[in-house]
Amino acid sequence: MAERMALTGNEAVAYAMMQINPDVVAAYPITPQTALMQKFADFVADGEVDTQFVLVESEHSAMSAVVGAAAAGARAMTATAANGLALMWEILYIAASTRLPIVMPVVNRALSAPINILCDHSDTMGARDSGWIQLFSENAQEAYDNTIQAVRIAEHRDVLTPVMVTLDGFIISHGLEVVEVLDKEAVQDFVGEYEPAYTLLDPEHPITFGPIDFSDYYMEHKRSQVDGIEAARRVIPEVGREFGKRFGRSYGMIEEHGTDGAEALLVALGSTAGSAKAVVDDMRERGLPVGLVKIRAFRPFPYEELREALGKAKAVAVMDRSISFGAQAGPLALEVRSALYGLSLPVRDYIYGLGGRNITLEEIEDILQEALEMAKTKEAEPLVKYVSVRE
Amino acid sequence: MSKKGMVEVRWHSRAGQGGVTAAKVLAETSMALGKFVQAIPEYGAEREGAPVKAYTRISDSPIVVHTQVTDPDYVVVLDETLLDIEDVTEGLAPEGKVIVNTSKSPEEVRKRLGLEPGQVATVDATSISIECIGRPIPNTPMIGALARVTGLLSVEELAEDFRKKFSGKLSDRVIEGNVRAIQKAAEEVRTE
Repeated sequence: MAERMALTGNEAVAYAMMQINPDVVAAYPITPQTALMQKFADFVADGEVDTQFVLVESEHSAMSAVVGAAAAGARAMTATAANGLALMWEILYIAASTRLPIVMPVVNRALSAPINILCDHSDTMGARDSGWIQLFSENAQEAYDNTIQAVRIAEHRDVLTPVMVTLDGFIISHGLEVVEVLDKEAVQDFVGEYEPAYTLLDPEHPITFGPIDFSDYYMEHKRSQVDGIEAARRVIPEVGREFGKRFGRSYGMIEEHGTDGAEALLVALGSTAGSAKAVVDDMRERGLPVGLVKIRAFRPFPYEELREALGKAKAVAVMDRSISFGAQAGPLALEVRSALYGLSLPVRDYIYGLGGRNITLEEIEDILQEALEMAKTKEAEPLVKYVSVRE
Repeated sequence: MSKKGMVEVRWHSRAGQGGVTAAKVLAETSMALGKFVQAIPEYGAEREGAPVKAYTRISDSPIVVHTQVTDPDYVVVLDETLLDIEDVTEGLAPEGKVIVNTSKSPEEVRKRLGLEPGQVATVDATSISIECIGRPIPNTPMIGALARVTGLLSVEELAEDFRKKFSGKLSDRVIEGNVRAIQKAAEEVRTE
């Protein structure tokens, strides 16, 4: 029987990792690592898992260790945040292009400088071109559910691509919520026994990982990497549906909330999508035609689903919790505009919440009110606005 | 915006006094009674004695908002010196209540905060915690005072869940000391 527990997002994800019972977990207690790995270390110490827990000397080494373990045929995981993710950079690309199905929860925290440990999406957005699948979580429940599903997505033979599961730093990671925790047996049954597609430790079928690959085949390898992450467009909703059938909570690439007949739509990621649902419900009760599209999968980016969901509206407001310096908008808004290419729909980006700056329900309503105005005027200028900033 | 049956509590404390833990204990006990809950810490720089805020949300239906609590129904102040440096009444709901750890009378604190009679309750939680637990950790007695003043949950429910939650994690002596502190604060909390 599933059990309702009061857990922080960190604890919820650590529970998911414990129930997955990975072969290898490598971690380094850097600031800003979170209590997530501390809780998992408790499970290791208490003998709740069979995991080989490797204490390494940096986040670069943590990712290197799980790459080695995964290449050897182990189900391997680690977890990180902010500067820790940044320190993994080089190896993130190696994990993805070596097609290793590693799962890594990432607690979204701001990058230095100035020094800040609170929530924004700069860390994950910086890694958006590393080749990893990226799933965002609205709350602790989704962080738990996504971590379990990520194993199936990453290991699917058509995908074989590592997955980051993100949760908003502090807001979700350190916030306590009600989480329905599944039976360990049910999780074990869902993720299944791991049978690696390729392993270094199979002398009957010798293969090479990480060879030199210059102009002769490098481009073919990159091209086939695209096939892997593209297959995830099909596999992510498949796994999400199966999860729903078994446990009652279904998942897709996006989630629509109040989009029917909406003239102004908001696009958001993570915990803000939850707050936006409350705002949409409140405005709908007052007869205002607004709705929300929550992005669950940022990589692969759900172009078709978004085009379908947003195409019916008259204006779109996007909320970005990071900056792409020198770009025409934040990372999410750039993708949304790209998805809407060819449609004449005004899109405005709202950059908010950097370094943990609170976003209030009133501010979200203001954004939706402006989007309703955009729907009338068809005027998106200014293309980017900054919410609640001293200027 | 309307809160639709949701109660929001803001906790003001100094790091080390257990404000974040209090926000969580209230949430966990409320969940055990069938409610949907959130407890959210708002840390600054991590150093003992620094002001820390935390929030608890309690609702009959699932909670989707993930904002900080800006218009609390109840405010709990674990350290009266915070009254000098923080606006603890900021955003307080019109009928909202403030519960302060102090040996001063509710009337004295209420006048200082510029609130209406009945909006402030006081209890000397530091003395109670030293007496019952042997350390100046005012968080558990303040939960007892909050329970009594607001009726969000009963002192009996709180004590029972506290025993259940910490059994095996804390010594029986510490658990019973905390339970006594909860009960004593509930008895001694003063309102106008």
